[in-house]
Amino acid sequence: MAKVLIKGNEAVAEAAIRSGCRYYFGYPITPQTEIAEYMAKKMPTVGGLCLQAESEVAAINMVYGASASGVRVMTSSSSPGISLKSEGVSYIVGCDLPCVILNVQRGGPGLGGIQPSQSDYYQATKALGHGDMQLFVLAPSSVQEMAQLTADAFGIADKYRMPVLLLADGALGQMMEPVDFDALKFTPEPEKPWAVNGHGGKRKKNIITSLFLKPEELEANVLERDKKYKEVDANEVRYENYLCDDADIIIVSFGITARISKAAVNEARKQGVKAGLLRPITLSPFPSEILNKLADNASAFLSVELNMGQMVNDVKLATECKKPVYFYGRTGGSLMSSDDVLDEIKKISGGLK
Amino acid sequence: MTNKIILAGFGGQGILFLGKKLASAGMEKDLNVTWLPSYGPEQRGGTCNCSVILSDTDISSPIISNPDTLVAFNIQSYEKFMPKINAGGVLFADSTLIDKRPERDDIKAYFIPATQIANDLGTPKLVNVVMLGYLIKNTDFFDKDYIRSYLTDSLPASKASLREANGKAFDAGYGYNE
Amino acid sequence: MIVYKRPEALSKVPMHYCPGCTHGIVHRLVAEVIDELKIENDTVGVAPVGCAVFAYNYFECDFIEASHGRAPAVATGIKRTHPDKIVFTYQGDGDLAAIGTAETVHAAARGENITIIFINNTNYGMTGGQMAPTTMPGQVTTTSPYGRQKMIQGNPIHVCEMLSTLDGVAYAERVAVNNVKNVRAAKRAIKKAFQNQIDKKGLSIVEVLSTCPTNWGMSPTDALKFVDEKMIPFYPLGVYADRNAMGGETSDK
Repeated sequence: MAKVLIKGNEAVAEAAIRSGCRYYFGYPITPQTEIAEYMAKKMPTVGGLCLQAESEVAAINMVYGASASGVRVMTSSSSPGISLKSEGVSYIVGCDLPCVILNVQRGGPGLGGIQPSQSDYYQATKALGHGDMQLFVLAPSSVQEMAQLTADAFGIADKYRMPVLLLADGALGQMMEPVDFDALKFTPEPEKPWAVNGHGGKRKKNIITSLFLKPEELEANVLERDKKYKEVDANEVRYENYLCDDADIIIVSFGITARISKAAVNEARKQGVKAGLLRPITLSPFPSEILNKLADNASAFLSVELNMGQMVNDVKLATECKKPVYFYGRTGGSLMSSDDVLDEIKKISGGLK
Repeated sequence: MTNKIILAGFGGQGILFLGKKLASAGMEKDLNVTWLPSYGPEQRGGTCNCSVILSDTDISSPIISNPDTLVAFNIQSYEKFMPKINAGGVLFADSTLIDKRPERDDIKAYFIPATQIANDLGTPKLVNVVMLGYLIKNTDFFDKDYIRSYLTDSLPASKASLREANGKAFDAGYGYNE
Repeated sequence: MIVYKRPEALSKVPMHYCPGCTHGIVHRLVAEVIDELKIENDTVGVAPVGCAVFAYNYFECDFIEASHGRAPAVATGIKRTHPDKIVFTYQGDGDLAAIGTAETVHAAARGENITIIFINNTNYGMTGGQMAPTTMPGQVTTTSPYGRQKMIQGNPIHVCEMLSTLDGVAYAERVAVNNVKNVRAAKRAIKKAFQNQIDKKGLSIVEVLSTCPTNWGMSPTDALKFVDEKMIPFYPLGVYADRNAMGGETSDK
């Protein structure tokens, strides 16, 4: 199988096209603009469309319309642009429509910077839009995974009729790594009898709306959707368990920082500290169950993030105060080195003795 | 074996291309590789750099704070990154544009007037290929014949003159003795 | 012989509009046009946020409810993925000319091959009569209680005039539905706006001067007079653009 050296952003675009996505609506913003550029070049050659919208708000609403009419569709942006999309995302959730959204995170708040960050964790997993809503959030940590999780995202979005957010960062988007596109696995697109694309005189009209003025109707609608979220929680949690089973200190880290943490775990083991890495691949649903189990035998947890401490709170909730949960992070676009993480591990293991 | 390489200079010196060549050549040799450009407004100012990591183990971060190898194509890059080279590391520098010499003896320094050589060959744009030849000679990253043919074969066969020019530039760099 | 019946494309449900509101007339005209052009099977409507938010309950074709102002973007998403379907938006003045100005202008500039039915009743009806981008100078609303003043609330927008400057607009006409003659003219305009889409000419918009007796604080008949006496002089009826903007095959005789 031939590998190609390709940027994370371009790998997402290529994987999306190979997943049968023929429509992309976006707006330029660093550090993810290569996706729009790749789509603009590639889509016309496969009978698809890349449309540069007048704003992020327009782009997500074009996605809303396209998804409602029954096609695989995606958009992408970076942190400030994702905030703009939140209105449309809430409508897409409220109408139970599938789509794929990529956030190549940069530092914030406000205009912030353009260097890698994970500071949109809360936004992605808790509140990318108003209302009782959740997204399915996937966190790739290599360029190969950027491609595979994109392919997975289309399948998950269609299966559960919900938006899937890929939460990457500037480093994963901009870096090149070898990717084997032939190794990708795809999920075929299901029939979409609910779509609004003309009833053709063959069925009753379809209505797609998120408006329910009667409290009992809205409650029923939200409860119905909640069943879906519970199903997702039960069936779709994904994580990588790296040397956790006999570990004293378990690092919890996703995306780019998980790679850095893994190197620290290896070095710690060489130096006699039993460290492990639990890497959530799905941030929502969050791998709470495994973390809770691991808390029975581990001595401490360390959440390593590119923010001021966001996922660490989910780790605390998951482990139910059974063991101390520490946090180590950098923010603003700076990355930690594996030595930095190793120092944190040593601090904790020293304190434990 | 892990080698963290920073390549830096002006836009137009073929720095990103050179980095990609090293990374993709490494990929073909089944090494783990990453390539990361500097991005954003920084690139508008004319400076340009990229980070390449070649490794036979998993690569944790694509970001390099301290390189094992620095390839500097202008004085700004030299001044910014030379002090950060790991002890025991290697510096490659274009002496046409860099008139300083490092005041540290824990690194190996290789200077080549790459710009001058490329100009003399009548192919000023191939300064990066001249540097590549010199880099390959003085490191054990890749076998000479492998990288030379990898370079020329990646150019379209229809552009025979371009292949020839690249080969010449590579040979000039490879054959240079300080 | 049947001389008057409910159009097939209009659903058999009571509408929620206020007595004397002309939304119902415009709904009927759109439904008649859908019937006459035999396009119900292939049509997707996009409802706005505003009084017409429930438009999806009143038509027999597929329908989607957009977020406030974004109907032209939603319509773009549907039309671009299904170029052979008929896509129309039905929007009010706050939706189209305030919060959705960017979506409107850019869909028009791109020449999206869609049809926009634009209801101009010079105020926000659903939220209770606030100032709209089309509220006229001096006009009293709940958020311009002393009358719209140029130096405070600024000037209103003439939507057809503005959009007619954009190359992607095939057709822009302002009509009214305050008397039989105007209703007939409105029907012709709406039909043309759909036919243009079938002919792939570009974006067509019909601005309908409409009444809002409840929020204007008028009887339905006084509201109709208000359209004649105050609105039409300020928003002149007529065709502002009529061209094959996007080079589609024309069926013009």
